[in-house]
Amino acid sequence: MSNVLILADHDSGKVAKTAAELATLGKRASSVNAVILSAPGQSDALAAQLANTEVEKVLSVESDDFAKHGIAAMVDALSQIVATTNPVAVLIPSTARGKEIAGRLAVRIGGGVITDAVDVASNLQTTQSVFGGSFTVTASVKTGTPVITVRPSAVEASSTSNSPTVEKLSISIADSAKLVTISESKPAVKGGRPELTEAKIVISGGRGTNGDFSQVEAMADLLGAAVGASRAATDAGWYPHTHQVGQTGKTVSPQLYVACGISGAIQHRAGMQTSKTIVAINKDPEAPIFDLADFGVVGDLFAVLPQAREAIAAKRS
Amino acid sequence: MKIAICVKQVPDSWAEKKMVNGVLDRESVDAVLNDLDEYAIEEALRVVEPLNEGKETPEHTITLISMGPDRATEAIRKGLSMGADSGVLVTDPALAGSDAIATSKVLSEVIRAGGFDLVFCGTESTDARMSVIPAMLAERLGWAQLTFAGSVKVDASNSVVEIARMTESGVETMSAKFPCVVSVIEKINEPRYPSFKGIMAAKKKVIENKSLADFGISAAEVGATGAWSVVADAQARPPRDKGVKIEDSGEAGAKLADYLAEKRLV
Ligand SMILES: Cc1cc2nc3c(=O)[nH]c(=O)nc-3n(C[C@H](O)[C@H](O)[C@H](O)COP(=O)(O)OP(=O)(O)OC[C@H]3O[C@@H](n4cnc5c(N)ncnc54)[C@H](O)[C@@H]3O)c2cc1C
Ligand SMILES: Nc1ncnc2c1ncn2[C@@H]1O[C@H](COP(=O)(O)O)[C@@H](O)[C@H]1O
Repeated sequence: MSNVLILADHDSGKVAKTAAELATLGKRASSVNAVILSAPGQSDALAAQLANTEVEKVLSVESDDFAKHGIAAMVDALSQIVATTNPVAVLIPSTARGKEIAGRLAVRIGGGVITDAVDVASNLQTTQSVFGGSFTVTASVKTGTPVITVRPSAVEASSTSNSPTVEKLSISIADSAKLVTISESKPAVKGGRPELTEAKIVISGGRGTNGDFSQVEAMADLLGAAVGASRAATDAGWYPHTHQVGQTGKTVSPQLYVACGISGAIQHRAGMQTSKTIVAINKDPEAPIFDLADFGVVGDLFAVLPQAREAIAAKRS
Repeated sequence: MKIAICVKQVPDSWAEKKMVNGVLDRESVDAVLNDLDEYAIEEALRVVEPLNEGKETPEHTITLISMGPDRATEAIRKGLSMGADSGVLVTDPALAGSDAIATSKVLSEVIRAGGFDLVFCGTESTDARMSVIPAMLAERLGWAQLTFAGSVKVDASNSVVEIARMTESGVETMSAKFPCVVSVIEKINEPRYPSFKGIMAAKKKVIENKSLADFGISAAEVGATGAWSVVADAQARPPRDKGVKIEDSGEAGAKLADYLAEKRLV
């Protein structure tokens, strides 16, 4: 039976939001099988989290090799699953790891690869936003099984009342996939705020904060937003590098992006210029960020943010 | 120890990019060495320099490998002026329009032919932005993949590399025996500027020009015809509507709040 294979990413016992999003896209083309690669004893709890998504069947593989040998082991398992289930496409989250898995898998199974799709149509044609969002490209794979990575939060996940069947596969990982040994793994610390790539609102701070993110964070907390940072801010050690927005950081596309004390260098813009509404607060009227801003404030962020917060709070009460 | 570094010539990332008939118009913008590859060059130099110190002829060498048009020589030359020893440029009319599948095929054949112990890459080319080539090279070569390194330790006498992989999901310490494909993130170091001496020395360094035939790759496997994915359409995004810009004279915060409320964002 025809099917689309999705890779359900997970971290610290929680299935990522991307799984339901990939399932939503996959369902447009065919019924959806989700692969869960996990440590022994974990897959049932993970599979249960795929209830009420578009996933029809969960294919789980339990092995210590994934945590121990990483990407190559995951690709080895996935390629064996592709060989037996013969999907019409493989959808993978567009994270650093997801893209690397996709590249290797495509080479292994002899299929074309497309990364960073923001949409996938029922005929498996993809939409990508390239050059920092200045062009929209549609493309498709013409050779082999398409391997497509999809940006987190690109689509709204649909929900159904469905509980997928679970099939445990016994797969052994080839020695050639065990060349790398992972000796230690420290997951990124997650604060109480929403994930950058999942947030509807992102408040970002740059060099203009001078290391003091308290105003940026206070605004974020008032609006239930995620906190982002420019590279100048992450390089200075003012904010963790996992919060960097831009070419070498994360790409975000929220409803609202507020850039505070950020000049708007091209590498920063590459990660945020597809945001729906962009607000900039900057002391320098010539800052390039104003070219993008729907609402620009020439002013000091330490004066503007507290006042805006007060005014918003007043409107709410 | 022989190290190869894959370097790409890309349109200057500060320039506006245009697409013509679904492909990037490379002619209209300045071409530069992919700045993310400079970090790979710097890191490899830091690995070999202490080992070569005091040696008449360096025992540990760095070769830059690039696939691209003739003018990609300039990108290689820049890397040589930073301190790499030699270069290989694969140029072929058939390569135009190659996808990542083809690029990884060509680069992997060059690496295989060169008898290298390690390959260094940047994490991403600033034009394609796929971040897949290093992983694909590891796959094609059957080598260990040590990518997104925020730090690299090479133990040349035991042929072991250890890295700290730094991505959005956290930090992982991982190691492998040679041969390995290593990619480095831009936090790893501060690439040096070529010195005058380096620039002069680079003029005498050898860049080998190779074609597909040198590696037994057929034209049908690469380029636009060999690509496994095709672009159907490329549209410039409509320009953003011109926004409002206000000068703060004491009430900009309140006006910002009004704006956000009006847009139903708060
Ligand atoms: C290979 C490479 C990759 C890169 N990748 C990224 C990336 O992924 N993301 C990224 O962001 N950058 C990236 N950069 C860096 C980028 O080029 C810029 O250097 C960086 O974005 C600048 O950060 P900034 O805007 O915070 O700092 P600056 O450019 O210094 O701007 C600070 C701004 O704050 C304003 N300001 C100062 N004080 C105040 C105040 N009190 N109130 C209001 N405004 C104030 C100033 O007017 C100024 O415009 C990369 C660079 C390279 C070479
Ligand atoms: N045409 C090329 N020639 C040499 N190296 C390349 C080429 N394309 C990509 N690379 C290498 O692969 C890395 C990742 O590129 P990409 O997967 O295109 O984002 C780059 O930083 C380079 O090190």
